Amino acid sequence: MRFDLMYESFFKIIQGIPLTLEVVFLSTIFGLFFAIIIALMRVSENKLLSNPAYYFIYVIRGTPLLLQLFFIYYGLAQFTFIRESFLWFFLEDPLFCGILTLTLSTAAYSAEIIRGGMQSVAPGLIEAASSMGMSKMQRLRKIILPITIRQALPAYGNELILMVKATSLISIVTLMEITGIARTIISKTYAPVEIFIVAGSIYLLINFLITRMIKFSENKLNHGTIQ
Amino acid sequence: MMELLTFGDTGWGDELLLSMVMTILVSTSSLAFGLLIGTIFASFKLSNSYILKTIAEFYTTVVRGVPELLVIYLLFFGGSGAVMYVAKIFGHMGYIELSPFTIGTIAVGAISGAYSTEVIRGAILAVPKGQFEAARTLGMKKYALSFTIIFPQVARLALPGIGNVWQVTLKDTALISVTGLVEIMRQSKIAAGSTHEPFLFYTVAIILYLFITSISYQFFNRAETKFSKGFVREDA
Repeated sequence: MRFDLMYESFFKIIQGIPLTLEVVFLSTIFGLFFAIIIALMRVSENKLLSNPAYYFIYVIRGTPLLLQLFFIYYGLAQFTFIRESFLWFFLEDPLFCGILTLTLSTAAYSAEIIRGGMQSVAPGLIEAASSMGMSKMQRLRKIILPITIRQALPAYGNELILMVKATSLISIVTLMEITGIARTIISKTYAPVEIFIVAGSIYLLINFLITRMIKFSENKLNHGTIQ
Repeated sequence: MMELLTFGDTGWGDELLLSMVMTILVSTSSLAFGLLIGTIFASFKLSNSYILKTIAEFYTTVVRGVPELLVIYLLFFGGSGAVMYVAKIFGHMGYIELSPFTIGTIAVGAISGAYSTEVIRGAILAVPKGQFEAARTLGMKKYALSFTIIFPQVARLALPGIGNVWQVTLKDTALISVTGLVEIMRQSKIAAGSTHEPFLFYTVAIILYLFITSISYQFFNRAETKFSKGFVREDA
């Protein structure tokens, strides 16, 4: 065990933390926004809405994330009309492609989590709300969503941890986040175990903090309910 | 454009199909290796020994909290070194290199094993206590009890969970492409690079993965129905 190397590489690897967190934060926010829309489409009785949502989730959950990233980053760049359009400004940037891929991925997985949460809302509650004269929007905002959030939170916490882990893939498209820096140091020093311990501990710490935060909000939201 | 997908020397059809076989092979062996590890660590977690429990807890926490890619890099760069180190103790000098297939199976198997551990642990706990007691009353030894009474029930109870682990494992094998193993991901990248048709080949790769995931979904559904014959689902 080369502790001096671990100490040295620690300060190099922590420089990747801001990028990792930035990607996690942005894709989670955008992903959650799309996830709510997709989940609502998925439970809709209109086939024109529920079918596209179904197939989107089917494709994203059935293929590896790395392939999705390559499809967006390399695959779309093949077409001249894309390279000449304004889209190219975004699609030539690996960071944009990374965030886009992770956003789509988490949107699909979270949509399923949210759908599960929505279906756990007791029909009696919705009936009671409509008999009180609440509109569809009011029911969604005041009854369905609050209960859904509480039900879906534990599963969503797992999804967040998967997201943190998934950001490591953007190192393959040249971005220097935690795993990217770790890989560079490994290939220079050939000390895989030492670097793995350093980089791995950083990920474990991030995930530990996320778990704590989710647990904290769970307790807050469950205040006054009987488990 | 479609002639690129034909079989033979000019097209990539046969190469892609072969790479699909490779993906299925490496996923299956990773799942099998993972189930072996999972069974061992699940029994650790359920044992009375504090040390074994801690080891198993450490393993599942680390593997489930660290990116898959990092685990693959650890074994890709460190796997041969570790094997040579062990070989040295047994007096074997010289260079040993592990094949990408072996590294991939060990890496993805180790990841898959962490998830399998939880699935198997849950399944063992779901076997009614009376089954253990009844078998012991009949005078069954621990070994016979595990293999004839508990194992068949655990297999049935763990099946849905193993189906999920399989899907995750299958997708994780795409990451082994960084070690040079020619599975779907790697093959489509090679084809995309040499023909300058990335869109076509990545689309084909997506279709191949969807094909495998859909088929295996059907397979696990059928297996579940088959093995739950004669059982009433409690939640139904």
